[in-house]
Amino acid sequence: MISIKDLSKVFHTKDQDVTAVDHLDLNIEAGEIYGVIGYSGAGKSTFIRLLNRLENPTGGSITIDGQEITSLSKNKLRLARQEIGMIFQHFNLLWSRTVRDNIAFPLEIAGVPKEKRQARVMELIELVGLKGRENAYPSQLSGGQKQRVGIARALANNPKVLLCDEATSALDPETTDSILDLLVDINEKLGLTIIMITHEMHVIRKICHRVAVMENGKVVEEGEVLNVFLHPEQAVTKKFVDQVMGDPDQEYSLALIHERYRSGKVLRLHFVGESTNQALISELSRKFKLDLNILHGKITQTQKGAYGTLFVHVEGDHDEIEKAKTYIKQTSVEVEVIPNVQ
Amino acid sequence: MFNELFPNVDIEDMVTATYETLYMTVISVAGTLILGILLGLVLYLSRPGGLWENNLLNWVTAAFVNIFRAIPFIILILLLFPFTDFLMGTIRGPKAALPALIIGAAPFYGRLVEIALREVDKGVIEAAKSMGAKTSTIILKVLLKESMPALVSGLTVTAIALIGYTAVAGVIGAGGLGDFAYFYGFQRSDFDVVFVCTILIVLIVFLFQFVGDAVSRAIDKR
Repeated sequence: MISIKDLSKVFHTKDQDVTAVDHLDLNIEAGEIYGVIGYSGAGKSTFIRLLNRLENPTGGSITIDGQEITSLSKNKLRLARQEIGMIFQHFNLLWSRTVRDNIAFPLEIAGVPKEKRQARVMELIELVGLKGRENAYPSQLSGGQKQRVGIARALANNPKVLLCDEATSALDPETTDSILDLLVDINEKLGLTIIMITHEMHVIRKICHRVAVMENGKVVEEGEVLNVFLHPEQAVTKKFVDQVMGDPDQEYSLALIHERYRSGKVLRLHFVGESTNQALISELSRKFKLDLNILHGKITQTQKGAYGTLFVHVEGDHDEIEKAKTYIKQTSVEVEVIPNVQ
Repeated sequence: MFNELFPNVDIEDMVTATYETLYMTVISVAGTLILGILLGLVLYLSRPGGLWENNLLNWVTAAFVNIFRAIPFIILILLLFPFTDFLMGTIRGPKAALPALIIGAAPFYGRLVEIALREVDKGVIEAAKSMGAKTSTIILKVLLKESMPALVSGLTVTAIALIGYTAVAGVIGAGGLGDFAYFYGFQRSDFDVVFVCTILIVLIVFLFQFVGDAVSRAIDKR
């Protein structure tokens, strides 16, 4: 769907050249929600603005749906942009227009006749859940509602791609979640390809299928969100994973576990994807003569299933424990006995 | 009562003078609006980083604006005599005042327009670009529309300055209340005439201010 080859952007300032995007290669499949995460200054905002040429690249090529964006003339680029929706951190609505007229704006630009325009606007208002607010001005809306207008406006011309530039960064956590739900909904309903720039791992975890981690203008790590969560390789990725999985208490509580549980065994269960849907703990206690006690842990949901770690204390016969371990190994849950426990 | 307080005031003459002042003000405000918006747009669009970045055009326009803003209005009228004569076929009366009024006020308003346009959120312009808008669409539907309250209040300020200019234009016999106050009031030492002219001018200024404020408030949805 989107293929990016050797993309570079260098900004020339008075005393130095700044490479914001550095020979970047990326492929994004149709219908996926693709996340790009990085700290500020990593080049991710420049990257997304290159995709619809709000910034012109210094080198490399971008092809969206078979059309090479980087080689388009000014006029053709205008037409191509009508098929690439974009939403912004600060919404960028026209304050002089009502919700209805803001959503109608891209349709006016595309030259859609008035009657069709009105019908389409009503559809979109319904889709983003703003019914009853169509005559309000942006100043009368909350942040979440403003972003809904932004989304409706971006979808007006039935784009194939939606670019989200820090679309939830100005929203509170609850509103962020509702906007993310809306984006997932749109992705599923319309089969839209979504590219999401963010610095919040929470956003990636919640809605993205694949993720690229950017640092100094380069993609340093890329892949399925769950894999990146499981095996973060780069230091920067580990930091991001810690944002949502971070558990600074873990060492301390392990020490406590060592002290308290002198009998039985402490197992560390690592949940990876699907398996969390099975009621593993209750199965173990039913199938084997064991007492199970959940000590510590955190499970978090990603688009590709649950991910997380549980520490479980197991009391029972040595053989039963071994059998239970063998049983767990048949599932997709990884198991490990915590050493130093008598 | 009125005749006792203002023995030298002829109501019919006053009405004519007021009409002339209003005529000069309204036409010159309209001309200033058009020319000022054009100047403001050129200044804004041609500046470095603008939509039509062009250093030469920006420099020439800025020079024009700065020079005409620097010339005192009374001297500008005199300087423009040949131009006025060529354009209007006369150098006397309300019509003859119009070129000087417009050329005197438009650069001032042009700067106000430029300031108003600079206040338009760059993100909104970027959003319009991302939708594939033409530059003309961005100018008409984003820049001018979003800066409208500032354009209106700027025009109010300019219009009030113009009312003052119309009085100055009296020196070329432009007519209007300023002219009347000078020739029929001051020169004949009939100070009641000066006084009535002053009140009428102040009322016209208040009217413009009131209307300008009301319009600006009504269109401001921020």
